[in-house]
Order: sequence, then C-alpha cells, then structure tokens
Amino acid sequence: MNAGLDFRVERWTIASRAAIAAAAVIVLGLVVAPFVLGPGAMDRLTILFVYVILAAMWNALAGYAGLVSVGQQVFFGLGAYFTIRLADAGLNPFVSMVAAGLIVGLIALPLSFPMLRLRNGEFAIGMWVLAELTHLLVNLDTLVKGETGTSLISLNAFHAPLRRATIYWLALAAMVALLGGLFVLLRSRVGASIQAIRDNEEAAASVGVRVLSTKRLIFIFAAFGAAMAGALWLATALTFQPKAYFSVNWTAYMIFMVLVGGIGTFEGAILGAILFFLIETWFGSSGVWYLIGLGATALLFALLLPKGIWGEIERRWGLRLLPVGYRLNIRSLLGKDGAA
Amino acid sequence: MMNSLIQGILLGGYYALIASGLTFMFSVMRIINLAHGSLAVVAAYALFALAKNLGVSPFTGLLIVLPLMAIAGFLLQRFVLDRSLRAGALVPILATFGLAIVLDNTLFEIFGANTTSLAPFVGSLSYDSIELPGGIYVGVLAVYIFATAVVVLVGLQLLLSFTPIGRAIRATSEDPDTAGLVGINARLMTATAAAIALVTVGIAGAALGMRGTFDAYSGGAQLLFAFEAAVIGGAGSVWGTLLGGIVLALAQSFGAQISPLGFLIAGHAVFFLVLFVRLLLPRLAERMRRQA
Repeated sequence: MNAGLDFRVERWTIASRAAIAAAAVIVLGLVVAPFVLGPGAMDRLTILFVYVILAAMWNALAGYAGLVSVGQQVFFGLGAYFTIRLADAGLNPFVSMVAAGLIVGLIALPLSFPMLRLRNGEFAIGMWVLAELTHLLVNLDTLVKGETGTSLISLNAFHAPLRRATIYWLALAAMVALLGGLFVLLRSRVGASIQAIRDNEEAAASVGVRVLSTKRLIFIFAAFGAAMAGALWLATALTFQPKAYFSVNWTAYMIFMVLVGGIGTFEGAILGAILFFLIETWFGSSGVWYLIGLGATALLFALLLPKGIWGEIERRWGLRLLPVGYRLNIRSLLGKDGAA
Repeated sequence: MMNSLIQGILLGGYYALIASGLTFMFSVMRIINLAHGSLAVVAAYALFALAKNLGVSPFTGLLIVLPLMAIAGFLLQRFVLDRSLRAGALVPILATFGLAIVLDNTLFEIFGANTTSLAPFVGSLSYDSIELPGGIYVGVLAVYIFATAVVVLVGLQLLLSFTPIGRAIRATSEDPDTAGLVGINARLMTATAAAIALVTVGIAGAALGMRGTFDAYSGGAQLLFAFEAAVIGGAGSVWGTLLGGIVLALAQSFGAQISPLGFLIAGHAVFFLVLFVRLLLPRLAERMRRQA
C-alpha cells in the first residue's frame, strides 16, 4: 500500500484555469465594449462594476478578516466627498477620484487602531456610529451646503460621450485592479494568515499569525476600495447629497450581495453583485417592497444558507474557479475526485 | 446652565431605558441585536395604532403590546437568534440587520413617511411640568421616564441576582451544556431572556413615542443611542448603564447649544472619546508601571 504517497496538494484545477482564461476574455470584451454599446448600457455596466467592488471589499472584510461592519458607507461617502473637495480645489476630476481613494485609505489607518479593538457586534455598530458622525461632520462643510448637497461641476467640462466612456473605463480598471489585488493578496503569505484568522482567530494567533496587523491591512484595503466605489458613483450620478452617500442602505446592499453570493468565497461576492444588479434592474422601481425583499432574503440566507449560493456549490461539487486556497487531493483514499 | 444639566440628566433616563434591553440581551446571549431600535419603533407604532383606531390610551395599550413583545422576543430567539448563533458569532449580526431592514420598511409601507407621536394621546402629560426651586421647569413625563428606567434597570438586576429564573438564565449564559446537565432547559431560558429583553424594548418604545416624534426609520438612531449609552457606561452594571445614558444626553444637550447639528455630533464624539480613553488608559498604566 502506498496510500501515504498517492496524494497531491493542488491549487489550480482544469476548471480554475478555464475560469481565469474566461475572466481574461470577459475583461478584454468589456474593455472594447464602449465602441459597440449604447450610452444606457454603458451606464448600467458602470453601476455593475461599482457593485462588484462594494461586494468584493465587504467580503474581504467580513468573509476573510471576520470583521462585519455596518458602517462601510463611511468610506463610500468619504470617497465621494474628497473627490468633490479636490475637484473644487482645481484638480482634474478623474485624478481627484483616485486621489480621494488614497486619502480615505490613509484616514483608515489611524481609524483602524480604535475600531479593530472592538469585537463582533461592537465593531459592527461602532462602524455605524463612525459613519453617522462623519456624515454630520461633512454636513458642516460649507461647500456641501448641508443636505442640499452639491455636484461635481468640473466633469461637465468634458464632452458627454467621452466623459461616459472615461468613467466606464475607470470603473472597469478599478474593479479589475481591486479584484486582482485582492486575489494576489489572498494567495500570498498574508492571504494564508487571513484565511487562518477567518477560520479560527485564537488558533491562528497561537501559530504566530500577526492577527491585528493582518486585519489592519484588510481594513485599509476595504476602505480604499469602498472609497473608489463612492468616487465612481459620484462620477455617474454627478450630484453629492450626504444623506444618499452616507446611507446605511449601502451596507445593506453589500451584506445582501455577499450573503446571497457566498460569504468568504472569492467567486461568491462577484456572483452576489451580479444577482443584486439583476434584481435591482427588475424590481428596483418597486420602492419599499424591494427593500423589504432584500432584507428578508438576507435574513433567510443568514438562517438557512449562511454560506450563500457559491458556498453551497463549493460544498456539493468542490468547484473552485478562482482558487485562493490549496486543497488536498487524496486519490487513493477517496477516488480521483477526492478533495478536502 | 443648571436647566440644561437637569434636562440632560432626565433625557439620559430614556437612553438608559432603551439601553437596558440591549445590554441585558448581550450579557445573557453575547448577541448585539441590530433590530433593537427597530423593535422599539414597532412597539411605538403598535401603541399609536391602538390609540388612533380604537381610542386605547397608550398606558392601557401597554397591557396589550408588552405581552406581544414578550411573544415576539420568544419567537425571535427561537427562529432567528438561536439558529443564527449556531452558524457562528457573526451570523446573528447579519440576521438581525436583515430583520431591521424588513421591520423599518414594513412600517414605512403601513404608516407612510410622516413623523408621528403618542403625545396627543396622553392628555396633558406631554406638556405638564413641575417647578423646581430656582425657576427651573422639568417635564413630568421626563421624570416618569427616568423613574421607569431606574425601575427597569434595578428590576433586571434583581431578577438575575435573586430569582430562580434569573439563576437559570445566568447559568445558561455561563455554560448552556452544563446548565442542561443540572436540569435547566437552556433553550427555554435564553428564549425567556429574549422575551424579558423585548418587554423592556416595548417600554422604551412607549417612552420614545410619548416624549417626541418618531417615524418608520427612527430605529437605527435608537439602536445607536442605546449602544452608545451601554458602551459609555461600560455595560453590565445598572448604574453604569444609567450613567452612560446621562453622559450621552449631557454631551448632546451641550452640543445642541453650539450648533443645530451639535446635538448628534457631541453625542457620537463623547462615545468615541470614552472609547479612546478606555483603549489608551490600560496601555498608559502599563507604561507607567514599567517605568516605576
């Protein structure tokens, strides 16, 4: 019996190689899409990209670092706010968007020190308090004119079709860069730490994982991503009303996308964002009932299917398209499909 | 100055009242219920519907609403909290947040966008006041709410410390399996604790409705006030919660004198201030010990 020898530690499978190739083709298709798409379709796709960013960032925080935040709208709102501020100071609006994301990432660093000391539910609501406080402080800025808000006027200087295409490409680039960055991060040494923390924080700490600094890295990364999403949203909407950007509904959407798609799985967040995008396209106009439906779905998934759709797919068929972990293939014990 | 101090202390009673259920549930089940504020608003709307449609005074209405809240707490524990807690510590946060969204928007669907109040249904109580020495007037209702908060907080503490059911609840929260070994029905005990917590939420909802206005989306703000009062007070003790509520309310009433937004800003700011101090103090003490 050589059962002890007949195993393989694998990361890439045929399915995941095919998935990466397909993803590359899809991205290439999306890059050239503006030459064939109408303005309406382009705007909708831009919104989809923003949703994917939001879902992936919230998933990185909750699904991988175990930090459930109900206040990520603070970074989303600040991303939009700093874009307005920098553009008002004369900076090119597109440059302002990226700069705003970086500023928010910088702000997240000192914020992480007190916030990451809070545990579970305390962290969740503490972040919400932070979002409320930031919302009120932004209202104090005379440029914003309270809840009346203001708009990103300098974007109007650009010719409409060019503006639309630029925002589209910027959103696509941000999405691909953030997803790519997260993918590489999760597959790195840090990624192993992150997934160890997700599975058991105490055990991870006991084998020498630096829990707090790993969490801090994800916290800042997620803040930067959410801020980029806010800046992109501002670019498509043009108007900035604090109430709309600092609304807790943004977090509700993020939770919905990640819970339905599959918390803690890389593919799940993307799947959830696409589903949310479709649901919003079909039912978004039904107002309050739409929100009741979202809340109820999130509640039911939390109770009945806490790993979400992708989590269930992974469990049943062992399918991993964008592998961030390793798996042990013990063929002699479990047959050729054996996976652990 | 003296006036706003006294008004602030009385307002703190309301915050302590709404915080009591949140801390009770946390101390027993280690769950922060994100639907806490929304459930208080549900109770306020239930009292409003009874008063408006059937002419039931909100005080009589409590006799109907509080048992319903207890049943709701029982069901909440059975079908949401207990189930989600088994899936991990983070899932109850997601589940109760989902519940809050459902409750808020359902209230909006039923009662619409207008703000409403229970004040018109409690007669002169909403504006009655007593004069204190020095020409300071305090609202009778505010005094009642403060007294209710003290009664509820002390009542919860006595219940946990001295009654058989309180002992069973404490045993369950310490270790449900061992509690089961000595004949305690752990699920029944946590469900009972949730029912008790929601009765206090119902009382807080009545206070919310009588002392001012509310709308379908007021739940989030009430949750934050309750949470802030609990954290400032250090959670867990009766007087801590009361003190937390008072500190929060005092900060708010002084903030309000600076700017219209100051009320909320100062409240949130004092919450973070307390948080920072609590994080820094142990480190500072450590450093001083090392130097000594």
